[in-house]
Amino acid sequence: MTTPAPPVPPTGPVEPVVSVEPALLARSVPPVLSVRGLGVRFRMRGGRHIAAVTDAGFDLAAGECLALVGESGCGKSVLASALLGLLPGNAQTTGSAVLDGIDLLAADERTLARTVRGRRVGLVPQSPAAHLTPVRTVRAQLEETVRELTGTRGREPHRAAEAAADRAAFPAGHLDRYPHELSGGLAQRAATALALIGDAPLLLADEPTTGLDRDLVDRTADELRRHADEGRALLLITHDLAAAERIADRVAVMYAGRIVELTDAQRFFGERGPRHPYARGLLDALPERAFTPIPGLPPELGELPAGCAFAPRCPRATDLCATTPPFTDGLACHHPRESTDESPEESPEERSDERPDESAEETVRA
Amino acid sequence: MLELRSITAGYERRAPVVRDASLTLAPGTSLGLLGPSGCGKSTLARVAALLHRPDAGTVTVDGQRATGWRHRAPRAQRTAIGVVFQQPRLSADPRLRLSELIAEPLRATGRRSDLTAHVGELARTVGLTGELLGRRPHEVSDGQLQRACLARALVLRPRWLVCDEMTAMLDASTTAALVAVVEEYRREHGAGLLAVGHDRVLLERWCDRTVRWTEITGAG
Repeated sequence: MTTPAPPVPPTGPVEPVVSVEPALLARSVPPVLSVRGLGVRFRMRGGRHIAAVTDAGFDLAAGECLALVGESGCGKSVLASALLGLLPGNAQTTGSAVLDGIDLLAADERTLARTVRGRRVGLVPQSPAAHLTPVRTVRAQLEETVRELTGTRGREPHRAAEAAADRAAFPAGHLDRYPHELSGGLAQRAATALALIGDAPLLLADEPTTGLDRDLVDRTADELRRHADEGRALLLITHDLAAAERIADRVAVMYAGRIVELTDAQRFFGERGPRHPYARGLLDALPERAFTPIPGLPPELGELPAGCAFAPRCPRATDLCATTPPFTDGLACHHPRESTDESPEESPEERSDERPDESAEETVRA
Repeated sequence: MLELRSITAGYERRAPVVRDASLTLAPGTSLGLLGPSGCGKSTLARVAALLHRPDAGTVTVDGQRATGWRHRAPRAQRTAIGVVFQQPRLSADPRLRLSELIAEPLRATGRRSDLTAHVGELARTVGLTGELLGRRPHEVSDGQLQRACLARALVLRPRWLVCDEMTAMLDASTTAALVAVVEEYRREHGAGLLAVGHDRVLLERWCDRTVRWTEITGAG
């Protein structure tokens, strides 16, 4: 597909933690992870192809949390598997995902196994109960991971395991328990402790809150945020918009394998709201908002309609939508809702202010 | 009326997970039952759906006291209650195509004659069409499978619905869509609903009335 663009060059002063549209400003710190034109296709029987991810691109900096949201089956988890090099054999990838100088898509299994998984990317799994080994205690699993990742022997793994448990707020008194003896929340922390051992600069959390009750979702999300605040980059893959709102700095909305909008979380969940009709629809489906579903079902990834994949479900679709909208200004849509639709109080000057930044981003992407 | 009176239930006699729980549901009304995970609300939902025999207490469905549970429940009582579970993967036979999955209650009760027309209509109601109905569970997403499971719960036109964390695994849009289907069915058939969950915002939006677990159990 496209040739990988270089990471965004460090320019400008250090940006404040909460700034206007940080997503659209050139970053002052080189990103931990830089994804460009990432595509994943599965080759199926009979020469069919399923385009699970198409042309995904984003940067992720240390201390930052990017939430990747979308309906189930939109390709979120495939993207995560691609970053870990865990795609099945019939997958073909394009583009690049550069982490610490290593292109995760081009790296061989040996590199991935010895230098990436656990060391550069820590995975917080969807279902901790299934991720942990049922026949061994949490302590045994932590110590094994320490030995494997650091090569240390003797007393050192013992100490490091307890330190990792402590960092994930896993109580030391429960270290000698087996996974089935833990509550859902504690099992989640045990799995997080495993992900933290290698001190990876990138944490990948794949649906970490599915099926948990609200208190536990909040606690798990807050703990992930704390790990990001300690200087890790956090990619939170979720369909739980409440969890994303709680901790994300930026939100990427994925639909039918494409990132259709990438925007600042404050804008996304705030007054102005997202611009893509699909992102609007997702938010309007929340019980605390309109509670109205988006009509229809997501398309099959094997039979994507030509042009914008959301057009068949979109209230704003026109003939123009038969052509694929390019991803510019953090958005892929022919008929976006501009914030002026809903917030007339916003001055046009503000909007024209942000344009140069956005086009700067665009040139980086192109 | 669907009445649960002083229900004590669990999996070990000495350590019941539900103690002395009571609730009453009038026809056509909906009740949301809120509780944290592990409190025993799913067990109570199973008792209400006649799927788990309580150690003590009585369940009365439309004035008739339940005496048998699971397959021992009289068919008229059993089929008066439709159930949707939290995890569609665990509650769908992996060998059945979605159309067969939806039709299974009709087959099981010997009402094959209703089959084709009724299943097709219901499938459309829950948003499943054409080619999807010919697939097996591993070929569809969680959301699509849960849509089929909801259609299965409605296929015998139950007077009562028990939804145990029906939407916990689903995204916001699918959640809103399934809740809309349930509400449409209830408007049309006047069915009563017991919705069990931990999401206060959702249940308060969805149901006429919500109660907390502690309000209906002996402890509260």
